[in-house]
Amino acid sequence: MYLDGDDRRPSLTPQVALRVAVIGAIALVAFAAVFFRLWYLQVLSGDKYRAEANDNRVREIRVQAPRGKIVDREGRVLVDNRVGLAVRVSPKDLPEDEAARREVYERLAKVLKMRPDAVERTVERQLKALPYSPATVKEDVSQQIIYYLFENQRDFPGVTVEQVFLRQYPHRAVGGQLFGTVGEITKEQKGDDRYRGVDLGDRVGQSGIEYQYDSFLRGRNGATRVEVDALGNQSNEDDGLATRRPQQGRQIKLSVDLDVQRVGQLALGNAPGAFVAMNVRNGEVLALGSTPSFDPNQFAKVIRPKDYERLNSEAAGKPLFNRAVQGGYPTGSTFKLVTATAALMGGLITPDEVVYDGGLLKVGGVEFRNARDAVHGAVDLRKALSVSSDVYFYRLGQEANGIGNGLLIQDWARKLGFGSPTGIDLPGEAAGIVPTPKYRNDLFKQELTDRPWTVGDNINLSVGQGDLAADPLQLAVAYATIANGGRVLRPRLGNRIEDASGRPLQELAAPSARRLKIPVEYRTAIMEGLRSAASDPGGTSTPIFQGFKIPIAGKTGTAEKGIGRSDQSWYAALAPYPDPKYVVVTTFEAGGFGAETAAPATRKILAELFGVKPGPTQAGTAPD
Amino acid sequence: MHASPYGTSVKGFREAAGPRYLRIDPLLLLATFGLVACSLYTIATATSNDIPGQPHFYLYRQIAYASVGLVLMFVLSRVDYSRFREWKAGLYVTLLGLIALVIAFGGVTRGTRRALQLPFFEVQTSELGKVLLIVTLSAFVVDRMRRLGDRDTTSRVVLMALVPAMLVIAQDLGSGLVYLVVLIATLFVAGTKWTHFLALGGLAATAVVVTLVAAPAVGVEVLKPYQTDRLTAFVNPAEDPGGEGYQQAQSLVAVGAGGKTGRGAEATQTKLNFLPEHHTDFVFSVVGEEFGFMGAALVLSLFALMIWRSLRILTVSKNFYGTLIAAGITAMLMFQIFVNVGMTIGIMPITGVTLPLMSYGGSSVIVTFLALGLLQSIHAQARETALAKGRELTI
Repeated sequence: MYLDGDDRRPSLTPQVALRVAVIGAIALVAFAAVFFRLWYLQVLSGDKYRAEANDNRVREIRVQAPRGKIVDREGRVLVDNRVGLAVRVSPKDLPEDEAARREVYERLAKVLKMRPDAVERTVERQLKALPYSPATVKEDVSQQIIYYLFENQRDFPGVTVEQVFLRQYPHRAVGGQLFGTVGEITKEQKGDDRYRGVDLGDRVGQSGIEYQYDSFLRGRNGATRVEVDALGNQSNEDDGLATRRPQQGRQIKLSVDLDVQRVGQLALGNAPGAFVAMNVRNGEVLALGSTPSFDPNQFAKVIRPKDYERLNSEAAGKPLFNRAVQGGYPTGSTFKLVTATAALMGGLITPDEVVYDGGLLKVGGVEFRNARDAVHGAVDLRKALSVSSDVYFYRLGQEANGIGNGLLIQDWARKLGFGSPTGIDLPGEAAGIVPTPKYRNDLFKQELTDRPWTVGDNINLSVGQGDLAADPLQLAVAYATIANGGRVLRPRLGNRIEDASGRPLQELAAPSARRLKIPVEYRTAIMEGLRSAASDPGGTSTPIFQGFKIPIAGKTGTAEKGIGRSDQSWYAALAPYPDPKYVVVTTFEAGGFGAETAAPATRKILAELFGVKPGPTQAGTAPD
Repeated sequence: MHASPYGTSVKGFREAAGPRYLRIDPLLLLATFGLVACSLYTIATATSNDIPGQPHFYLYRQIAYASVGLVLMFVLSRVDYSRFREWKAGLYVTLLGLIALVIAFGGVTRGTRRALQLPFFEVQTSELGKVLLIVTLSAFVVDRMRRLGDRDTTSRVVLMALVPAMLVIAQDLGSGLVYLVVLIATLFVAGTKWTHFLALGGLAATAVVVTLVAAPAVGVEVLKPYQTDRLTAFVNPAEDPGGEGYQQAQSLVAVGAGGKTGRGAEATQTKLNFLPEHHTDFVFSVVGEEFGFMGAALVLSLFALMIWRSLRILTVSKNFYGTLIAAGITAMLMFQIFVNVGMTIGIMPITGVTLPLMSYGGSSVIVTFLALGLLQSIHAQARETALAKGRELTI
């Protein structure tokens, strides 16, 4: 026993008892807290955590699915895939130490000719989104670099090489805007129902057919589900977790004829313009192009910002812009077909009524003259279309402004498809503008124009000048309507969905067409006028189609776009006359007279469509 | 609490007069054996995949540690702890010496310099230091019992304990905190004035502010980066689920996934190694996942029993020295239990404090057994004294 003086104090004074009680109380409270917390975690939230534990253990390794091909009407490949080698970084083999990691990034950046911080950012961003999946550093790396990486594997821990599918556009700039581009799914798109099932980092169609038919074209990524441990190592046991093979996307067969498309593209060259070739009976589009074009292969990998800027720049002619469906231009005399239809249907004239064209029409002190001040004399409807008498149509415009609600021409323009999208299976189609008094007066009220609507505006509209804005496809639809007996077609590109080997899976049903009741004699008169314009002496495009084997009906157009800007040149052709199968519309933004540029280009396209020799095309000089 | 811990029963007298080894506290012994059994079972199932080809690597070692610990506990329970009061100076020097040794030659594990590498095994001296501190600190306090009200006394005692505590904190935050808690509990039970506690509290607050805010601001990092990481990860675990917050997040998932009855063999968090340190610091998460709320509640109940018994022993001690030792041990056990369990269920930061008896590791297990041996010794001495006075001690 060791009991000395200091320790003789009774061991349990009231003070000690109180303090021990305090400790006991603390213990009680702490135990209670732990018990409640455990109850909450295990009994109340057990299911949630169990699910989380399972998510932890089951890892999906994504297997990229190739997109479907796009083929033309004869099955020729328009858009394809190629296999590229991608350099990726696998998180489990990366050094844990941050400095060592950065060293790997730096070495990799040097080899791949990238900036080290760019490598780091790309990798870390992807690892944050999918912590256990390898992150792609660069796609489509050359074989030499791959060899180098393999040979120096020790310097590149965690760096792997994998095959990836990259979109390939073998015809490059031919049909650039039409076939469209692909790009990594954006954040906004990820939230869209349209893209359900698309993984982050996947490429989806971003424009053109690629966008329109994306749901068919994109495949379903495969997934290998494996049980892994914390380091991402596959566990040894075969646990029978399901795996899903990647499924290639569907193949889309277009109504497009690659040869026609190519010829059209070549005929326009790099001049800003557009062309459309369409079957007037069923709305199948055989070619639809916009120039200058671009090579969509640039988008197959990540496009460089500099390139993207250039493709959008005015200086380069905005190659990404699809003028065939997005351009809004005054159509010039090609619009006379609409004015003629409206005047006939509104009873302003009969096909045979003769009007004297003295070269100018004076309205309220303003003189409206023929192009090049030509004087055509006595003209009926056919002659007026053939020689492109402006005075004839000026009068119709003047009269139409005065009868009824004054919107006779506008109403028929709308019926024939102007002022609203045609409904073609392409994204981003423009509606265009059919100018009305209300339209112009509203602009005036907002001080966006210098004057309100006058009869002069209607006179301008009658010959396709002024505020009118339409794209070549809309014009093609209007011409097709007169040619096919009054059906306003919805143009279409998609023909059918096929499997990867080309077996048809689903025919894309022809969209219904609106029917207009236009008496056959009116249509015949208009067609005869258009035929005369391309074949009779004095016809505006007769010289161009001289010696062309297929009988053509066509109309030139030259639209003034304001002082200091070149005229918009147009040609709309229907062939073969008198029972046309195709409509071809061509426009140049700065083409001068329609007969000079647009008509010769149209001849080349028609030649390819009908498989005849284009023959020597002489540029027409006829005024329009 | 009983007004008097002594009862007089003829029947009890006869029983208590039995062999000396029976004078240990059977309930505390029950809690001890129960926890050792739980520990061995948990470690056996949790670590069977850790070392390929050696499924029982950790189990066998833990059995060895527990056996050594048990022997030491029984030996210690038969020694009169009061003897240590005379050796306090030597024990205190040993304590400082051990700390100095580690600072000089210690090996680093997980960023923590706390182990002394010996030819066959390593000793975590900071663990051993806990018991040494309790024994010496209590002795110093008892020596100055008469003048306990003096501010001088409080400051001397504080200084005496603070030196090793600070040295240990510098290497191993968790153990250092245990030292501080032992100091506070000892002073508290000894009857230090509330005003002194207030002063100490102010001092501690200042120290924390200096450590965490002021010193880093002027470029002196008192805490090691990993320690700062641990504390910040606790405050905002979502910020860095791959780093320090990862352990805690995985631990929460493990415990939660256990549900009411546990996942047994399907405990993937442990088996597939999502939960790091599952046999040492995070052993309670394994209990939670594999045996569910039932298992966790059983382990907690055993700990509750242990705490209850140590508080009880504190009150029956034959002298004040025993009371203070028991208070220090109780505080040490309580702190370790709540900080460790709290860490696994997300209500405490990760500090690297082991779970007494449950966590794998020789130093921790053996030192806990030494502490339990001291408690048993206090209990046995109390009984013997009671017997000598002709009374029997009620349990």
